[in-house]
Amino acid sequence: MTTSTKVPDHVDPKDGPAPDPPAPRRKRRKGWWLPYALLVPAVFFELLVHIIPMITGIWVSFLELTQAYIANWGAAPFAGLGNYQISLDFNGVIGSALLRSFAVTCAFTILVVGIAWVMGMAAAVALQRQFRGRSLFRTFFLVPYALPVFASVIAWKFMLQKDSGAVNHLLSDNLGLIDEKPFWLIGDNAFISLVVVAAWRLWPFAFLMLMAGLQSIPTDVYEASAVDGAKPFRQWRSITLPMMRPVNLVLVLVMFLWTFNDFNVPYILFGSSQPPAGDIISFHIYNASFLTWNFGLGAAMSVLLMLFLLLVSGIYLMVLNGRNKRAGN
Amino acid sequence: MKIRSVVAAIATGALALTVSGCGSGGGGGDSDAAGGGSGSQTLTYWASNQGTSIKHDKEVLTPQLKKFEEKTGISVELEVIGWDSLQTRIQTAITSGQAPDVVNIGNTWAASLQATGAFLPFDDNAMSAIGGADKFVEPALATGGAEGQPVTSVPLYGLAYGLFYNKAMFEEAGIEPPSTYKDMVAAAEKLTDTKAGVHGLALAAGSYTENSHFAFINAVQNGAELFDDQGQPTFSSDGVVKGIHRYLDLMQKHEVADTSNAQYTNGVQAVNDFAKGKVAMVISQNNAGSSIEAQGMKPDQWGVVPYPAPAGGEEIASHVAGINLSIFKNTENKEGALKFVKFMTSPEVQKAVSSEFKTLPVLKDAEPTFSKKEEASKMFQNIYNNMSAPLPLVPAEDQFESSVGQAMNKMFATIATGGTVTLEDVRVAMETAEQQVAASSGS
Repeated sequence: MTTSTKVPDHVDPKDGPAPDPPAPRRKRRKGWWLPYALLVPAVFFELLVHIIPMITGIWVSFLELTQAYIANWGAAPFAGLGNYQISLDFNGVIGSALLRSFAVTCAFTILVVGIAWVMGMAAAVALQRQFRGRSLFRTFFLVPYALPVFASVIAWKFMLQKDSGAVNHLLSDNLGLIDEKPFWLIGDNAFISLVVVAAWRLWPFAFLMLMAGLQSIPTDVYEASAVDGAKPFRQWRSITLPMMRPVNLVLVLVMFLWTFNDFNVPYILFGSSQPPAGDIISFHIYNASFLTWNFGLGAAMSVLLMLFLLLVSGIYLMVLNGRNKRAGN
Repeated sequence: MKIRSVVAAIATGALALTVSGCGSGGGGGDSDAAGGGSGSQTLTYWASNQGTSIKHDKEVLTPQLKKFEEKTGISVELEVIGWDSLQTRIQTAITSGQAPDVVNIGNTWAASLQATGAFLPFDDNAMSAIGGADKFVEPALATGGAEGQPVTSVPLYGLAYGLFYNKAMFEEAGIEPPSTYKDMVAAAEKLTDTKAGVHGLALAAGSYTENSHFAFINAVQNGAELFDDQGQPTFSSDGVVKGIHRYLDLMQKHEVADTSNAQYTNGVQAVNDFAKGKVAMVISQNNAGSSIEAQGMKPDQWGVVPYPAPAGGEEIASHVAGINLSIFKNTENKEGALKFVKFMTSPEVQKAVSSEFKTLPVLKDAEPTFSKKEEASKMFQNIYNNMSAPLPLVPAEDQFESSVGQAMNKMFATIATGGTVTLEDVRVAMETAEQQVAASSGS
């Protein structure tokens, strides 16, 4: 993507990196280096912030980096695939716990992305029409996303306390729906709490993206379909949804990746004692590294997580882009 | 086409975050005040949170640090760190090398931290530079590191568990403070009145560190060990399993602790319940006295007795708890750091600081000054000197705390949400914890 500044005029970009035509050697234009020079800081920071830590992480995953070596990484013995073997040995305690955490995370991600998308879509469609106070609602809906994650999740944590929390107060004391106040942060209910809080935090992002996408659909399409007698739901299904396809493609993928990797919400909600039902994978990996001081094992789990996400993203894009192309023909 | 490259860019970015976020556990770190002292006349000191708040700690320590500067010309940059992040901060400091010069550690971590090789061993020279090993109480000094090696930490504050009880509630019910386990349970049952929201006991049942301490204490009462001679975990041995089950039964069978306790992720919440009169007893360390009194309970309203052992058990009421001081090996001012450790463990500073933090003296011949109540001071001193056992001094000790403590969190959560935990369940959980320790330590 960085080479686009130097594409010669006569090369069709569709042909990709075609070999240069055997033209006589041209003299480089004056100042040809400037675009590259301008890119240097970005490349430098990309390397510094993303690539180097990533490579370090992969390297660490092949080391036996336990407490005996963390003061001097260089001395850590090479573990080969040992860390991966432990992580993937689903009969062992560590592997089976990882597998369990992976299953919890899958369920969590599907639910959160689903809820966030539905809510975001509903709100975006509802606010598509002009009416008084529309901008007020738009701002209001963005609050969960705009709040600092720590502040908002800690507020949820207080609300979800068993005895003093607002949620139980409302359900039990005010509405009388339940007699016994349940726990929300331990036991199986922890999963529900986690999904609700994560979806609450995520849906304004879906709303924002979908709202922006909806603006690009020309209104005359809707008018024409209304003349043909299409009801709102039919309009949504046959116009909005197909025309929003490119937006949804990106949106769902990004939300999937974010949610699958979510660390902040479970960490703030549960602290150091995560319940099994809320054992989200990045939190699980954190504990595998920091509570047991075995950073090699934690890094191996991270690399496995990355490979999984890479695979899912790749398949997702291949399948959907393929469909796009067929639809285009 | 454009969409595709945008998606690809975003996806790559998000993936990169995955790996760098988790994998850089070693590399990333706070690059704040921990610079390690730029000039030779500055020391960086990380203190743990001992007082009622971090502000309180600063107020107590700053005058002492000023005195140290007047005496030696070395200024000390102080940072007080809360318990929930201290261990992670120390880990980060070890991995990154961006460490302070001197740091407070929980003494149960001493052997684990020693195994990292990041700390200065107090060999004969270093020991004599801080005033000699003889000045410390022996069991306290023994917590400084694994047996047979020079310690890498020296005791700073002494702590021990005691059973705090509310005098008025006991008098009203006409019962004496318990001296046996049976009495304690009977008293707790008698004083539990769920309708009035009052319980016999409060437990920090959601805190893995607290839970692991009680796993140890109850196991030792049963005569059990956590590690065998080879340093292999023996958590699933009979005595340990029964000890843990006995502790769980306070909530499960006897129902003298509120199920809400399963959400208490630190000891302070349990102590608060006690100070507010919501529970009649709480098992806590001596420094809880300052929190109790800060909340308005007067010194004559509470008493303290040792946490009792069951009939026929070992009379152990606590582990040798406390805070130790360590020097990072890569300090640029070893001499200054040793001077500082000597200063902090001098009788004058010990006296001034421990009365504020309500800690026990770690120096021979020192009198406990932490409480206006002589009886409580004497009681804790007695528990510390005569009824405490050291946690295993093995490198995997921290893994015992995390694996067994977390397992107990889960079992308490099961009980609180209406499930049952049998002896067999405890045994299975302990076997899993043993395997975790074995697998994590890379063996």
